Amino acid sequence: MAALIWLPLLLPSLLAALGFGLRRRRWTMWLPIAAAAVVLLAGIALLVAVQGSGAVVTGAGLLRADPLSAWLLSVVGAVAVISLWGGLPEPGTEERAGGVHAALLCLFLAAMTLAVTADNLGLMWVAIELTTITTAFLVASGGGRNALEAAWKYVVLGAVGVAIAFLGIVLLSAASQGGGEATLSWTLLLQRAPVLDPALLRVAGALTVLGFATKAGLAPMHAWLPDAHSQAPAPVSGLMSGVLLSVACYAILRVQAVVDAGVGPELMRILLLTGGLLSLAVAAGLVLTQRDYKRLLAYSSIEHMGLLALGAAAGGQLAIAALLLHMLGHGLVKATMFVLAGRISSLTGSHRIADVHGLLQRRPDLGSPFLLGAAALLGLPPFVTFFTEVAIVVAGFSRGLTLPFLAACGLLLLGFAGIARQVLAMTVGAGRVRGAAGGSAASPSTAPGSGWPRRAPVVVALGLTAVLGFAAWPLAGTLLAAVAALGGVR
Amino acid sequence: MTPELYRQLLATTTGALLLTAVLQVWGRSLLRSIALLAVQGAALAALVLTVGLHAGEPEAPLVALLVLVVKSVLLPWAMFRSARLVGETRERAAQVSTAVELIVAAGLTLLAYVVSGPILGPDAAGQAVPVGLSLVLLGFWQLLVRGSAITQLAGFLLLDNGIAAVSFLTSGGLPLTVELGASLDVLLVVLILGVLVVRLQRQQGHADITELRELHD
Repeated sequence: MAALIWLPLLLPSLLAALGFGLRRRRWTMWLPIAAAAVVLLAGIALLVAVQGSGAVVTGAGLLRADPLSAWLLSVVGAVAVISLWGGLPEPGTEERAGGVHAALLCLFLAAMTLAVTADNLGLMWVAIELTTITTAFLVASGGGRNALEAAWKYVVLGAVGVAIAFLGIVLLSAASQGGGEATLSWTLLLQRAPVLDPALLRVAGALTVLGFATKAGLAPMHAWLPDAHSQAPAPVSGLMSGVLLSVACYAILRVQAVVDAGVGPELMRILLLTGGLLSLAVAAGLVLTQRDYKRLLAYSSIEHMGLLALGAAAGGQLAIAALLLHMLGHGLVKATMFVLAGRISSLTGSHRIADVHGLLQRRPDLGSPFLLGAAALLGLPPFVTFFTEVAIVVAGFSRGLTLPFLAACGLLLLGFAGIARQVLAMTVGAGRVRGAAGGSAASPSTAPGSGWPRRAPVVVALGLTAVLGFAAWPLAGTLLAAVAALGGVR
Repeated sequence: MTPELYRQLLATTTGALLLTAVLQVWGRSLLRSIALLAVQGAALAALVLTVGLHAGEPEAPLVALLVLVVKSVLLPWAMFRSARLVGETRERAAQVSTAVELIVAAGLTLLAYVVSGPILGPDAAGQAVPVGLSLVLLGFWQLLVRGSAITQLAGFLLLDNGIAAVSFLTSGGLPLTVELGASLDVLLVVLILGVLVVRLQRQQGHADITELRELHD
């Protein structure tokens, strides 16, 4: 059993070493996909294993996989497979520094695996900081001033934000001294929650959640996110938007569980409601006037993280289960959308919304999945995001948070209008792509990169998102077990 | 260690931490700022040793050595290397005058003492927590007002030293694995930022970050 935790940690690291060593070989671009597949398979195997025999503990108690960790690991693996597979360079294009790039992606996956399987909050912090470190050069890899500016802001804000979380974790450790030896083990902290020093726990919890919220892209600490996500290469943006934010959100859930058990849910609820509503407001305000479609997708991520924060604030079985399923749905769709955005930008040579017209007519192989993916992001049925969004809102109302969730519904509608308007402008209408290489002569069937191997990941991700809502019942047990792993329903 | 000696050592090391932090906020020379960081790292290592020996922890000398090597040698060296590659020894332009900076530094230190009520410990070490918090706030202040990328790095390290001081003063530090991982992370962040500074300097001819305003909505 313990091997299922070590495998997704060590194998990607090994593949990363291979990538660094053989950086000139073209096949190194397959290494991250292999690493992602390992993470996905290990995640699913762990999901099955922990349901049978309870949490798996290894590494002298530092590593532990309960249903929640296994679920997150599976989400990371699934989204990474889609994002990296879809982000493979078009056949015939030359990649520079491909091996180093691939190695960093593998290390990034290993860092996220460590973050979700660490039982020690300090170790989890180390892993989350490692995600910043491994992605820094990936964000900067576009070259040029803008990519450099985005990377600088990303690393400084990410490191400072996460440093605040470290201050919180240090104080958590101090708060745990009341119940014996100081500890950072999440399970021990949860057990000892009633005897933790309440004043210290409040300060510690608030600082930790504030710090991790920076990494999760919650307003008002979101300033780095649109820059980094718009400048990074498409598969990296997909990974960062699709799962890195969710991993940070997972860290918040763990800390929230301890704080709620110690001093009651009010403190975390106020913090998360504020962050969530501000994120929705920022996203709704800025998507309407957005001129860059990658930034549009980044703001949509802020909106979805705001929704997750609201779900966490509501709490309870329904909200948390919906939140976990939403992580998967949003991750798959966002990865697909960034992959498509990457292909559109290699077609038009720019990120400007105004340069893209009539994609549906001009390139249906890009236009129709882009439109469908946008529909999924907006939470339209039959996509799973519809069900999870409705479930989170219903849970909020049933918990008596009427006013904040009414405001959230209003902001979601505003965001809906903004994103829908922009995406429709890009896809519907007369087919003309300004600045397109090769003019309008290339018909869809002969356009480069429209073959089945390129389309498959997009189709798989959108198909999965479409059926997950109806076929989620086999997942119900898994999701409820993951919710129960957080210490029961409060 | 007698209680009297312990108190004096605590007062000396935390005093050195605060003094170096204030001098750092005051100064405009990048090289002196880096040297101050090295001194601060040594003071932090001494603090770690004092607290650890007093608590009777067998791994205290090891942790102190780790802190000394990382914070007093490796990190200043990494910063010095970036500063030399960038070719800057002084900050170009200051947004705030030195007098204002000193007044703000005094205010922030006072603020640290005011807000640290709930996290004050019962013992002598716990009573010194506001010093760590002052370092954190002063680090933030530097990150906010300084324009040079190298000073921003120094601000980040000041913040990090403050957190480390709080950590050792409140709970005698974290487990060695976490301590090692965290030190490695900070070192890597500083190295990466160093590389980015050098690239930035090649792109725009100087290492000021005040002109990083291309990306916005």
